[in-house]
Amino acid sequence: MNVRRLVGPVRFTGPLAAVVLLVVLATGCGSSEGPATITFWSWVPGIKDEVQLYNDTHKNVTVKYVNAGQGAAEYTKLRTALKAEKGVPDVVQIEFQYIPTFTQIDALADISQYGANDVKNDYVDWTWSQVSEGDKVYAIPQDSGPMALLYRKDIFDKYDLKVPKTWDEFASEAKKLHEADPDTYMTNFAANDGGWLTGLMWQAGSRPFDVNGAKISINMNDQGAMQVANYWQGLIEDGTVSTDPDFTNDWYAGLGKGKYATWISAGWGPVFLKGVAGESKGKWRAAPLPQWKAGENVSANWGGSTSAVTAASEEPEAATEFAIWLNNNEKSVNMLTTESNLFPVQKSKLNSPDFVNARLAFAGGQKVNSVFIDASNNVDKGFEWSPFQDYVYAQLLEKVGDAAKGDTTFPEAMDKVQNSVTGYAKEQGFKVQ
Amino acid sequence: MSRGANSTKESVEGSGIKASRSRLRQAAVPYVFLAPFLILFVVFLILPLAYALVISVFADKLVGGTVFVGFENYAQALGDPAFWGGVRRMIYFGIFQIPIMLGLALVFALLLDSGAAWFTSVFRLGFFVPYAVPGVVATLIWGYLYGPTFGPFSQIADYLGLPAPAFLSDAWMLPSIANIVTWEFTGYNMIILYAALQAVPTEVRDAGAVDGARPWQIALYIRIPLIFPAILLTGVFSIIGTFQLFNEPSILRANAPGVITSGYTPNFYAYSLAFVNQEYNYSAAVSFALGAVVVVFSYVFMLVTNRREVSA
Repeated sequence: MNVRRLVGPVRFTGPLAAVVLLVVLATGCGSSEGPATITFWSWVPGIKDEVQLYNDTHKNVTVKYVNAGQGAAEYTKLRTALKAEKGVPDVVQIEFQYIPTFTQIDALADISQYGANDVKNDYVDWTWSQVSEGDKVYAIPQDSGPMALLYRKDIFDKYDLKVPKTWDEFASEAKKLHEADPDTYMTNFAANDGGWLTGLMWQAGSRPFDVNGAKISINMNDQGAMQVANYWQGLIEDGTVSTDPDFTNDWYAGLGKGKYATWISAGWGPVFLKGVAGESKGKWRAAPLPQWKAGENVSANWGGSTSAVTAASEEPEAATEFAIWLNNNEKSVNMLTTESNLFPVQKSKLNSPDFVNARLAFAGGQKVNSVFIDASNNVDKGFEWSPFQDYVYAQLLEKVGDAAKGDTTFPEAMDKVQNSVTGYAKEQGFKVQ
Repeated sequence: MSRGANSTKESVEGSGIKASRSRLRQAAVPYVFLAPFLILFVVFLILPLAYALVISVFADKLVGGTVFVGFENYAQALGDPAFWGGVRRMIYFGIFQIPIMLGLALVFALLLDSGAAWFTSVFRLGFFVPYAVPGVVATLIWGYLYGPTFGPFSQIADYLGLPAPAFLSDAWMLPSIANIVTWEFTGYNMIILYAALQAVPTEVRDAGAVDGARPWQIALYIRIPLIFPAILLTGVFSIIGTFQLFNEPSILRANAPGVITSGYTPNFYAYSLAFVNQEYNYSAAVSFALGAVVVVFSYVFMLVTNRREVSA
């Protein structure tokens, strides 16, 4: 009996495999006949539920979801697939700052021809300008990371600090705090984090890149960047901020245990903190980013991503339709916000009372979203990324990292980054202006 | 074929064909058995190497595409401070780490083999277990232990009122990695040496004992010289392993991103060039340059140690 049971299924695998193969072939080839199948790569937690909802409600298109790793891991796989010209997904998760990197190698389709511009006004202006170039559209925005200051109310109360409105105040409060308690720092200067550094410079008005086809102008050490560099160099030398790298276990523990009084964070920050520093529940509050000029209200963006359609997709129309649905359909957007914990870019969601008025227990019941919504409304839309952003981040990490160690200064580091990035661009065949 | 055979042409030819056929068959037999290995060897080693060699003489630019550049990439590698910085770092690393690791492995192997220790099998297994822990997992564990503020060592130091040890700082990173590597591979090398020691005939040892040699003299003058080829082997393995150091720095980088730069080890540099800078061609050239460095150092090591062996 047992033997038969074991043998039974084995004997049937042959025909079964053949049937499966036929089905696969049928769906793969007969795009006009059966439903189209498109592949979607994303690392967003829980997004398979949104995909499921799409598949349940759409008969003509079937989306196959693949988690190909987060950020760099996914991009490496995507590049491999692009080189092999095989296995390229139809729709792919790409962060804002990597869109030019992939359009440079013609990896992304211009989806304006499939009606992407119809939804242009549904998205916050600056997010749309990040995914488009004139009338050309390379992705649909999904989420963003408008920057604001998360601070520990308990530490601020204990040392009688006031929430800094300007960077000058931030520096003086940092000094006051560190003098009162040498084991506590106002924040950590994360020299390792190119995205975070870029956010700070974005706020200060730095516009490092202007790309025009094969022509590029590079100003990594422009006035805005140097303003940030000089400012943080002062804090590093005073020792009132730590130079711990971010997103390490030690850093998570530091956030939870109160080593840092603030975290210069982004829209996705509060929920992220809840995950990595749960023990500090109720102690955090959100405030607008400190300003360079008192009375101004300028923010920047750190993080966030998009759904892009690849140029290699054989179903670009269906792929575009899915990318739009995923980031535009009311139900899907709700799921992205509440279940995947993304900070929205859709105006409708940003204006919806349930989102604006949501109270976060982790932040002592504060309506944190409203702080970040204000920030999102104050992000300048003229910021451009380089077409080789991995290299730029790697250079920031190494050169600014040397400054955090004290081997050089932050302003000098920016000059070095400028030189190496310019050299790289020339080597890669760009005409540097 | 028997040249002076006195037979007709036909029969000579006939038997010749037969003979050459069976010879051919005989000659072919080893290759038939070798074929599975050779095919895999060619497909998964020779061809990829050839492919890497081919791409290393091209340059693929973001603007302008792929162009043939000859040995330009190699010339660049020879003058690349990041590459040589990594090689130099690995030389420092090897000079200190390899003798410590092999020394420990040898002592442990001698102790286990001498039968002086109790619970030999428990110790043998205990020393070997770290090798069974995947390198990635081992580094993650050590990365946590090294934590500058909230790692256990720092916590203990803090409790005792001592300054926290900066395991992940610029100055201490290399010794910290050396410690992980030693922890991981001492047991592995110990097993090789232990196996070699087990093969040493007991008569030789007994003869030494009868002649009045003390245990340490037996170890130094009899057992160690007899397993010298095995020690040499572990030395060559360790040199190759040192130049190929990759897992430990690439994982510790998450804990100390500013310290472990892209050129920290030559292997990590080749990886960064390919997957961060998208310079696959240059990365291939750097990989070959690294291969050459490994060959040179392994060869010099063998040359030096062989000479010593002969003179001893």
